[in-house]
Amino acid sequence: MSAEPRLLEVRKNVLKHNDVTARMLRERFRAQGIFVVSLVSSPGAGKTAFLEKTLTLLHPDYRVAALVGDLATENDAIRLARSQAPVKQITTGTLCHLEATMVERALDDWEIEGQETGDLDFLFIENVGNLVCPSSYDLGENLRLVLLSVTEGEDKPLKYPTIFNSADVAVITKIDLAEAVEFDEQSAKANIQAVRPGMRCFTVSAKTGAGLEQYLSFLVGRLAGVTLKSPV
Amino acid sequence: MHELSIAMSIIEVAQEEAARRDVKVDAVHLELGQLSGVVAEALLFSYEIACSGTPLEGSRLVIKEVPIEVYCAACNARKILSSMQWFCCPECGTPTSELIHGKELLITALEVRDECRTAPVGSP
Repeated sequence: MSAEPRLLEVRKNVLKHNDVTARMLRERFRAQGIFVVSLVSSPGAGKTAFLEKTLTLLHPDYRVAALVGDLATENDAIRLARSQAPVKQITTGTLCHLEATMVERALDDWEIEGQETGDLDFLFIENVGNLVCPSSYDLGENLRLVLLSVTEGEDKPLKYPTIFNSADVAVITKIDLAEAVEFDEQSAKANIQAVRPGMRCFTVSAKTGAGLEQYLSFLVGRLAGVTLKSPV
Repeated sequence: MHELSIAMSIIEVAQEEAARRDVKVDAVHLELGQLSGVVAEALLFSYEIACSGTPLEGSRLVIKEVPIEVYCAACNARKILSSMQWFCCPECGTPTSELIHGKELLITALEVRDECRTAPVGSP
């Protein structure tokens, strides 16, 4: 027979294992002088095109690499490899988000041009296309970008406030299509500010290159903040 | 739908605590913030499935939802947000993103009973 039930006080974070790994990764990136940027968005918001452009434009001057998460296929890794930057696919199977241990595992057996990942300036992590699940998981990144394409509608931030709250910077993508879909940029920006007052926002087109210069200068400025390493 | 992953993490953490203290878990008490990205109903449903075949099978998950609390610099006070679509002080309307509560995904207590393997001997 069992004894009487009693209440035992504990205070344990449910995601403590993920958080411990994320903290370890963040410490490792800091020691190595790598600035780590993760990207979240709904499927089809243009993460891969935007990241391909980012890698291509940074690659001549900085050591860059990318990890890309998807449920299945290596298609995104193949597309990103066109930038000439080292790219590795993380296939999650049925899992709708990346976790810190997946990033850790992917880095552990990855040699880039005969070097360990410690020699990088920027590491980009493209999460699985999903505006809900990735918000709970810290990946050890320095900066989380949330992307919103003009075709998704101006009220996306109001529908998914949690992910906008977990991110540091918002990027409005596919601005070249704005006119065709009658996108109201001011209204989208107001909605971003409503769910995350003070959030930095960039408006870009990976196709025409519009707005990319400001965004890249911002990233390079942030890299300078974490390391004194000079460009290659 | 990552509630199943979250449910499995809850069971893992709760079972670690229970094993360390040699107790059996009847219920897990959880604080769930409105901004945690986790839906209570989906979590309850997933918990039952995830428990089966574990030492926590048959245990309950007791969820306390935590509203979003922010700090308003203008009022110099903590305020509960009236809407997660509007990060402004509900009193004075000043925008704020200084979050105090709302991201909780925290096990606060376990309802447990000692594992009695043998009946007490020689008790009066």
